[in-house]
Amino acid sequence: MQVSLAKRLTHAIMDPLDGWLLALLAGVFVLSMIALFSASNQSWAKIDNKLVYTALSLLIMWLLARLSPQTVMHLALPLYAAGVLLLVGVELFGITVNGSTRWLNVGIGRIQPSEIMKIALPMMLAWYFQKYETTLNWRHYVVAAVLIVIPGLLILKQPDLGTATLVMGAGFFALFFAGLSWKIIIGGGVAFLASLPVVWNLMHDYQRKRVLTLIDPMEDPLGAGYHIIQSMIAIGSGGVWGKGWLAGSQTHLDYIPERTTDFIFAVYSEEFGLAGNLLLLALYLGIISRCLLITARAPTLYGRLLAGAITLSFFVYVFVNMGMVAGILPVVGVPLPFMSYGGTATVSLAIGLGMLMGIGKLQRR
Amino acid sequence: MKQAARLKDPHTEERQLYWRLLVAYLFMVLMLLLLVARFVWLQVFQYEHFATLAQNNSISLVPVQPNRGLIVDRNGIELARNYASYTLELTPDKIDNLDATIKALGQVVPITPRDLKRFQKFLSESKDFEPVPLRLKMDDVEAARLAANLWRFPGVEVKARLYRDYPYKELTSHVLGYIGRIGPREKDRLAADEKTANYRGATHIGKLGLEAVYEDDLHGQNGFEEIETDSAGRAVRSLRRTAPVHGNTLQLALDIHLQDVADKLFGARRGALVAIDPGSGGVLALLSKPSFDPNLFIDGIDSQSWQSLNEDWQRPLINRAIRGMYPPGSTFKPFMGMAALEAGAITPSEIRPAPGYFTLPGSSHQFRDSNPRGNGSANLAKAIAVSSDTFFYKLAWDMGIDRIHPLLAQFGLGSRTGIDLDGEAVGVLPSKEWKARRFAGTRYRDEHRRWLPADVVSIGIGQGFNTYTPLQMANATAILANDGKAFHPHLVQKVTDARNGKTRLIEAAPYRQLPFKQPHYDYIKQGMRAVMQPGGTGWRLGQGLQYSMAGKTGTAQVVQIKQGAKYNAGALAEQHRDHSWFIAFAPVEQPKIAVAVIVENAGFGATAAAPIARALFDYYLTGKLPDDIRGQLETFPPSATGKQDASVAR
Repeated sequence: MQVSLAKRLTHAIMDPLDGWLLALLAGVFVLSMIALFSASNQSWAKIDNKLVYTALSLLIMWLLARLSPQTVMHLALPLYAAGVLLLVGVELFGITVNGSTRWLNVGIGRIQPSEIMKIALPMMLAWYFQKYETTLNWRHYVVAAVLIVIPGLLILKQPDLGTATLVMGAGFFALFFAGLSWKIIIGGGVAFLASLPVVWNLMHDYQRKRVLTLIDPMEDPLGAGYHIIQSMIAIGSGGVWGKGWLAGSQTHLDYIPERTTDFIFAVYSEEFGLAGNLLLLALYLGIISRCLLITARAPTLYGRLLAGAITLSFFVYVFVNMGMVAGILPVVGVPLPFMSYGGTATVSLAIGLGMLMGIGKLQRR
Repeated sequence: MKQAARLKDPHTEERQLYWRLLVAYLFMVLMLLLLVARFVWLQVFQYEHFATLAQNNSISLVPVQPNRGLIVDRNGIELARNYASYTLELTPDKIDNLDATIKALGQVVPITPRDLKRFQKFLSESKDFEPVPLRLKMDDVEAARLAANLWRFPGVEVKARLYRDYPYKELTSHVLGYIGRIGPREKDRLAADEKTANYRGATHIGKLGLEAVYEDDLHGQNGFEEIETDSAGRAVRSLRRTAPVHGNTLQLALDIHLQDVADKLFGARRGALVAIDPGSGGVLALLSKPSFDPNLFIDGIDSQSWQSLNEDWQRPLINRAIRGMYPPGSTFKPFMGMAALEAGAITPSEIRPAPGYFTLPGSSHQFRDSNPRGNGSANLAKAIAVSSDTFFYKLAWDMGIDRIHPLLAQFGLGSRTGIDLDGEAVGVLPSKEWKARRFAGTRYRDEHRRWLPADVVSIGIGQGFNTYTPLQMANATAILANDGKAFHPHLVQKVTDARNGKTRLIEAAPYRQLPFKQPHYDYIKQGMRAVMQPGGTGWRLGQGLQYSMAGKTGTAQVVQIKQGAKYNAGALAEQHRDHSWFIAFAPVEQPKIAVAVIVENAGFGATAAAPIARALFDYYLTGKLPDDIRGQLETFPPSATGKQDASVAR
């Protein structure tokens, strides 16, 4: 009886979760602990913290995976509406830090409504397209575009180019899987490139500086370019096999900025080299592949659009973060999924993956 | 609509989704491969390059310090300058046994306990990979001897550094302030202002005076050098170098010769002097006596010198010119006179009694005149010239504080002048609101807060609650001299950009015109001019003038004299004797200089402060110097660079 009880318990816990995804995530998690221990100068406090919010994220993931996607879907519209209202609230009563107004005080603490939009927008679009699945025409794409642009502009105004791009990207991915015409996608791409000079003029000085610094970090080697140069030195000097765990000289001499959060990959790459990078990339590719498989098997349009958008967003996090640390993309505040130290990002990624698992659960039965 | 039709068909729809998933997947794989390519490029092909940069934990980008901007006086004489000398620096990270190394170094060049103490202090404030200075300002022989032995000491360097030097020492300290080593507090402030990058490798920052106020101009822009180092951390070759942009040059309105003359005229006495060019607001001289040697502070002052400066009862560290608050005494009367004319409380031709004492209606309290027999009767101009107290008691009583306050505020009394120095005191131009505020709180009762009829009487002669800084008095005098055209007094006249030689002028035009009538200015000036003429309180000093001069003497009470008692300077401790005040400007027709002088505890204004102003004006307007100070003046520029007693700049 005892054995069967434990078995049943394990079954009850494991059943909602996707085994493949869980195993791959566990791999990333182990690497992240190893990297964090080194990056934090062997701080057990940071390890403890990370364990706590990882457990919390797992719990949330499990809860969402248990829920039926159809149940969660009903939250799409209220969540989206609430998100937009909160963004307007930020505009009116937001808390300004370093010139950006991103937070709202809601009594118990600060919240960042743009984080909510990262998941609320693709949910909203998936729900919207499913609702009109049978009568879909071009007008619905226009409405969808408006649904994307409203929160996008509100977040851009904060200003937070990084998050705005991520949120609008997630919306676009839903549109893409919903069958947005290739002509529009390509036309839009061309229009985007053509509009770059205008965007350049609208950008804030610090944003322009980041772009310019990307083109030539040596332009400002002790200021804005300093971080990129130091992180490139860390990665480059790691070589094929790395300098070994806890032996990264760049890391441990304070050269790497935000080395436990946005730049943790530089620490990892210095100590584990190209071999370590390939391992981590393989894990991420595995997660992405598994997610796309779930997307392909999803029985409803809602499931497909949401799962597809979550997958592509996850990929964007990985690509943008590694790209910025490796000096091929501008420095925007995007964490590396499940590697970077920080609770908010981990929880919001776990929410996405939890919903995705919930969608995946349906087709297997 | 074609799409809509397609979407309705589950099979087409599914095919389209699979197709799009495939496109997305291929796209993602491609992008990840791009990352892989980037990593291969960085970690395989560029490995050597980056490994060299990271090798031996050395900093590959070395900031090149800009030279700090110079500070020169109005004639271009250097008041703050830099000179090069050698420092011995140790990088703890690269040294196995710090104590043994220091001991061995001590056999090559002398290292004093003071050097060691300072080294320990710097060591505790710095990071291990930063070089920390052990010996500063070594001479050529020491530097050469070290250079020959450096191979024995990895992690030890001899660096040529620029040092800051204030050649005029005490004479300019209250104006220039000084620079000092960047401490934790300055580091935090730099980080908050996002200036850390520009201070990488910098050791000093402006701490006080113009050095602090104009820090952004003086500091300049970091240059940098990408340096390849060998395994011992020594530079092998410079890969790339961008020159630093040196700090901007500040040209002051201050005339160091005039400052020197003023200083020598003061001699050993305590006090302050501020001279302003009324036509521009430029500060020609700003003196606070006694003073201190700013060179002591640059490198961290030793505790003994600090203690003796800080505990000196004469308070040499306090800038009396901008922070000292004194009752203005009778120097207040010209401004009171201006206010009375403007308020219509008196007319220029009106003659009133000026008896020996004044009593309020229904009170027996006697407000006495400095002249016990009184001055008979007088119009306003004569009352200023003879400094009749009773005349002004009555005038103040007639006007009331509510009419006095706003008119005197026009002269900038009781508010900061906006000079380009930090820490200026506000002073007190009393009003009913001020008194209520001043005596707010539970320690005082309501009757303390209430404005009493008698309060206004003593204010009329510059006593009572009035207190102003010498700078405020000089500024007010300059405004009066200039018929109401007001400038913010400023020490820096011109900032010259080090890059392109372009200059930026500070305050070239007046910022305000006082709304007073021109005949009133003329009338008050006539009264002040009469001060220097027979019958006036400064008539002795007005003798033999080669230009026209207007002034006003003042005596500020430090202690209250009891009713009916007689002021007897000899019977009072020195610190309790009256302060001697004098304000003046010249030439009256076209004022070139306006001054406020206070000599602490020196008694009657005409005997101590006024002679200083007279001699100063003689020198400034005619070049004439009194015999007794001629021999004491500094040589310009000073011959000694002070290589051993000046301190490190960076």
